[in-house]
Amino acid sequence: MTTWTPDPTFYPSPRLAMQAPAETLAYVALLDAAGANRPDALGVVDVQPGSSRYGQLIGQVDLPNVGDELHHFGWNACSSCLCPYAPHPHMERRYLIVPGLRSSRIHVFDVKPDPRQPRLVKVIQPEVLAARTDYSRPHTIHCGPEGIYATALGNAEGKGPGGIFLMDHETFEIRGRWEVNRGPQQFAYDAWWHLGYDTMVSSEWGTPDMIEEGLVPELLLQGKYGHYLHFWDLQRRRHRQAVDLGAQQQMVLELRPAHDPTRAYGFAGVVLSLEDLSASVWLWHRANGNGDWAVRKVIEIPAEPATEEQLPPLLKAFKAVPPLVTDIDLSLDDRFLYVSCWGTGELRQYDVSDPFQPVQTGSCRLGGIVARAAHPASGPLNGGPQMVELSRDGRRVYLTNSLYRVWDEQFYPEGIAGWMVKLDVAPEGGMQPDPNFFLPFDPALRPHQVRLEGGDASSDSFCYP
Amino acid sequence: MGELWPWIAMLGLGAFHGINPAMGWLFAVALGLHRGQRQVVLLSLIPLALGHALAIGATLAVVALVGRMLDPGILGVGAGVLLIGWGGYHAVRGHRYRLQVGMQTGMAGLLLWSFVMALAHGAGLMLLPVFMAWLDSQQGHLSAASFPTLLLAVAGVAVHTLAMFTVAGVSAVAAYEWVGLAVLRHGWVNLDWLWSAALIGVGVVLLVTF
Repeated sequence: MTTWTPDPTFYPSPRLAMQAPAETLAYVALLDAAGANRPDALGVVDVQPGSSRYGQLIGQVDLPNVGDELHHFGWNACSSCLCPYAPHPHMERRYLIVPGLRSSRIHVFDVKPDPRQPRLVKVIQPEVLAARTDYSRPHTIHCGPEGIYATALGNAEGKGPGGIFLMDHETFEIRGRWEVNRGPQQFAYDAWWHLGYDTMVSSEWGTPDMIEEGLVPELLLQGKYGHYLHFWDLQRRRHRQAVDLGAQQQMVLELRPAHDPTRAYGFAGVVLSLEDLSASVWLWHRANGNGDWAVRKVIEIPAEPATEEQLPPLLKAFKAVPPLVTDIDLSLDDRFLYVSCWGTGELRQYDVSDPFQPVQTGSCRLGGIVARAAHPASGPLNGGPQMVELSRDGRRVYLTNSLYRVWDEQFYPEGIAGWMVKLDVAPEGGMQPDPNFFLPFDPALRPHQVRLEGGDASSDSFCYP
Repeated sequence: MGELWPWIAMLGLGAFHGINPAMGWLFAVALGLHRGQRQVVLLSLIPLALGHALAIGATLAVVALVGRMLDPGILGVGAGVLLIGWGGYHAVRGHRYRLQVGMQTGMAGLLLWSFVMALAHGAGLMLLPVFMAWLDSQQGHLSAASFPTLLLAVAGVAVHTLAMFTVAGVSAVAAYEWVGLAVLRHGWVNLDWLWSAALIGVGVVLLVTF
């Protein structure tokens, strides 16, 4: 499996990765809309302009079981293989690690023989994951210096603590828990790092028993979902610092550290504030010379007024649509931050050249609980921009509209009609939907995370500026 | 002592380690880029070279100690088998060593890292044929009386390390100042393959010779 020269998709720096050729394929996680009727699938979408099947689903591989709930996924290897202290550059970016968030089953797809029809080569059963790590509900996948890092929402019983485990990036064996000392951390969701600062950052959603039957309003109103950021010693695997965003800040989800490894800051999206239903993006940054981290809210997106009739039962009492920031993405030059507002149906673009002072530079309305905004090639849409993925050169944004199956129905009671769209980004900011790229999915399937051929803006990490 | 080939081998192997990005110069460049200081590049190479020298010295010292107790023929065959085994192991697992040393490490961490990398590569083992040739010229016994052999060994490690340091320094400065790291994308060839093959090849030569 080793090669003579490094995989051509590995780049030493984010600056060099931006010069990568444009992707021609996108992989998308497709989950069974009913939850028990058919297997989930990994879809392949043609994203090569000029191709006769541009914007269409050209491949689909069904999983062997029912009820996995595909969600996030990632590559076995990426640009971090070039890191100087743990080099293993002669690997291939070849396998997609695709966990079932509900089943805790982990699938390994080989995309090399036929990139348009990935081949399932390994399935790791939940019992193995539980035996090796006492974790379940695998979520984020990142290729990194020591192998494949994965987060897990809970323990084998579906309660806390969730955490991080390691997989071998050649054999895909579960190597065990990552943490040596977790300190006060109990909730898990996303995790990423500053390789230049030997620091891991992790965020909080809730344990499986708090999410799998749907969002629990009582827990939410009591501020019981996650509201901390955790900072870890990446090398020694020890908890260093917990930073409380405040109990009113419910669900700290996606983490986007600066890609430039010399920059010690990053962004975290918060789904909901209990004070006014607003959503927010927080900046974490180095506070002092001791290696402590501090946070501050840098973006706040207000809820939009609505009438009771326009709202699902969960929201009627509030007479407003919460923006629900469920995903964010940062361009490889650390210049533009994309923020998905799944509730109001908007994707926002901010210039974060000064990370303390983001300036909004773009907006695109699609779907939304009330607005139902249309795409140039569609009628009114439901769902809203949710998973957002960005090409390495920063010129193309891909969006899908499903969040998490049982939560989808709470906010969009009619059920999500899945779609994927692409936006074109102007070099100096601003974005427009590509009128020729609107992909509606089979009603039995809903799209979640998108990964781009060769890497994207949330797949790789770099050791050189 | 009169023969030149052991010195050329010492120099050549040092240069080979020096040019290998995985043996240190790339780490030095990364630290220089991260701190934004070119002197960090060269300063970092010092503990990296020292760690390498210590690993080789330790290997040779162990062999010298064992060599005192063994017949030279057995030592030769043992070294051959060890080299072949190490080459095989290196081919399969050689790129997988992990230390708790990252981008925030200091000089001691770099020294430790380089020491472990050199041990793991079998850098000292590769020098065994040279070392044993010197032992042989002293009738195969490293005892208190064979001071010249010890001196030769120290000089050999010094030459080897100096060659490594020089080539690593030139590579690091060239990458940092002029070439840029894009060269890694195509230029970072799989030296691990060459190295594994060399370990096995030298092991076979030893087996045949002894």
